[in-house]
Amino acid sequence: MDTKPQSTLPVLVEPPRGAEPHAPLGRGYFLGETRRQQPLPMRESLAKIKNWFRANSLWVMAYGTGCGGIELRPLTTARFDFERFGMAMRPTARQSNVLIISGYLAVKSLKRVIRAYEQMPSPKWVVGLGSCTINGGMYWDSYNTINRLDLYLPVDIYIAGCMPRPEALLAGFGELMAMIKRGEANGWNHYLENFDWYKENQKKVINDWNMPDYNW
Amino acid sequence: MPLGVKIAWSLVGVLVAIAYGLVIAGIIRKVMARIQGRIGPPVWQQFIDLGKVIFQRTATRHGWMFYLAPIFRAGGGIGLYLLVPVVIGVPALSNFSFDGDLLLVMYFIFFGSLGMALGAADSGHPHSPIGISRGLSQMTAYELPFALAMVAMAAEVHSFSIHDIIMVQQGGILHWNILTNPLAAIAAFIAFLGMNMYAPFNIVGAPQEIPVGPPTEYNSVFLSLMMSGRAILAVAKIVLYMDLFLGGAHSILEAFVKTFIIYFWSVFVGAVFPRFRTEQAVRFFLGWPTVAGIAGVLLVLIR
Repeated sequence: MDTKPQSTLPVLVEPPRGAEPHAPLGRGYFLGETRRQQPLPMRESLAKIKNWFRANSLWVMAYGTGCGGIELRPLTTARFDFERFGMAMRPTARQSNVLIISGYLAVKSLKRVIRAYEQMPSPKWVVGLGSCTINGGMYWDSYNTINRLDLYLPVDIYIAGCMPRPEALLAGFGELMAMIKRGEANGWNHYLENFDWYKENQKKVINDWNMPDYNW
Repeated sequence: MPLGVKIAWSLVGVLVAIAYGLVIAGIIRKVMARIQGRIGPPVWQQFIDLGKVIFQRTATRHGWMFYLAPIFRAGGGIGLYLLVPVVIGVPALSNFSFDGDLLLVMYFIFFGSLGMALGAADSGHPHSPIGISRGLSQMTAYELPFALAMVAMAAEVHSFSIHDIIMVQQGGILHWNILTNPLAAIAAFIAFLGMNMYAPFNIVGAPQEIPVGPPTEYNSVFLSLMMSGRAILAVAKIVLYMDLFLGGAHSILEAFVKTFIIYFWSVFVGAVFPRFRTEQAVRFFLGWPTVAGIAGVLLVLIR
């Protein structure tokens, strides 16, 4: 497999202005934004305010792919309660900002995950949960799971472990919030900029590709 | 008071009502969390959610009814609020109440749901029509005790004006309609449970069943319009109930206290009950709440 191309994006979570939009980028990328070569100072501070709102109201897509989904339940209930950080589970892709890939990811699920990810509205983040998303973990030689999630979706933060405890998840989400506030978590821009590379990788493993190239 | 000033005050009132509705929703999330033994989100979490949703970029494209539905939803809430007098004797806070507004109010309460039904059907997601069909069947059921209670109130004062109904209740707690006509009040407050869609009547959203129901496909600005529309509709409804049953309010503080109590009646019921199925909810509303409503009307007639 190829190595992942390096991102050349500025620090802001706002899309890079002046960059030429990619073919599928028309919506969800430059929508409603005027493109400028240099972001104005006012726009920069507005981006900071937007990022504060985004970081303090993370809506998680309620979708568990592997055994790691079991660690998300205690996270929502009385003992670890992630709602105190403003997070909530949303059952629909249209209203969620965070996609958690919880553990091993079968190729069959990858197809659904890609559809869900591409349907999410634009500031969106992917959290890789457990070592299976990093290198395959204990499923590294399995015939139907992927080993590196990074090749198919832009992962913003990994939470290592097999399985990571809910405390580790909370620490990971805290780090994700800090990254969003600093404007560093812009994996979704990376996905759109290197769209061909991601699609090529996805089509290498998904044999029955019977869906459009981009799922609105 | 000149009309322009009145319109300006009403716009301020709408904004305050939206903020109050969002704060109430935040307090509800906190109360629910405390009941479940959690810490819960901060009270202002709804404002953060609203801001985040506004700053999202939408990628969906649907028919034009899809875009109109949130406007109907917000318009229904704002229209209802503008018809209900909030504080007696203060022209700035009495909104656009007129003779016969009770009839229009009964229409506006359900206006948003009907607009939502059209928009959700246009979104094409299978969960949306399911939620809508559940919601509309529940609506037709709780509308009956609600309408009967309204008829009882109107028959009592021989007027369809909310202002007249408030004026009859002046002169102490014993004059309030909740005590002079308890049967109609029971019917109306049970219907209020169905209107607010907390458990046991949360069959429209139905978490874990049809994930969020009608707004499944809505995001970004559309969702923010629906959130603020929901907030102002909730405030308008509790203000209406305060006017009809708790004798209205003479000051803003009194209005806050009374509306808060009315709203939390449905929240505390919702915190401890499981969910009805659709046909159970319909059967429930057409049972003794309707009988109580009819008895309330009869009580007025024989008095």
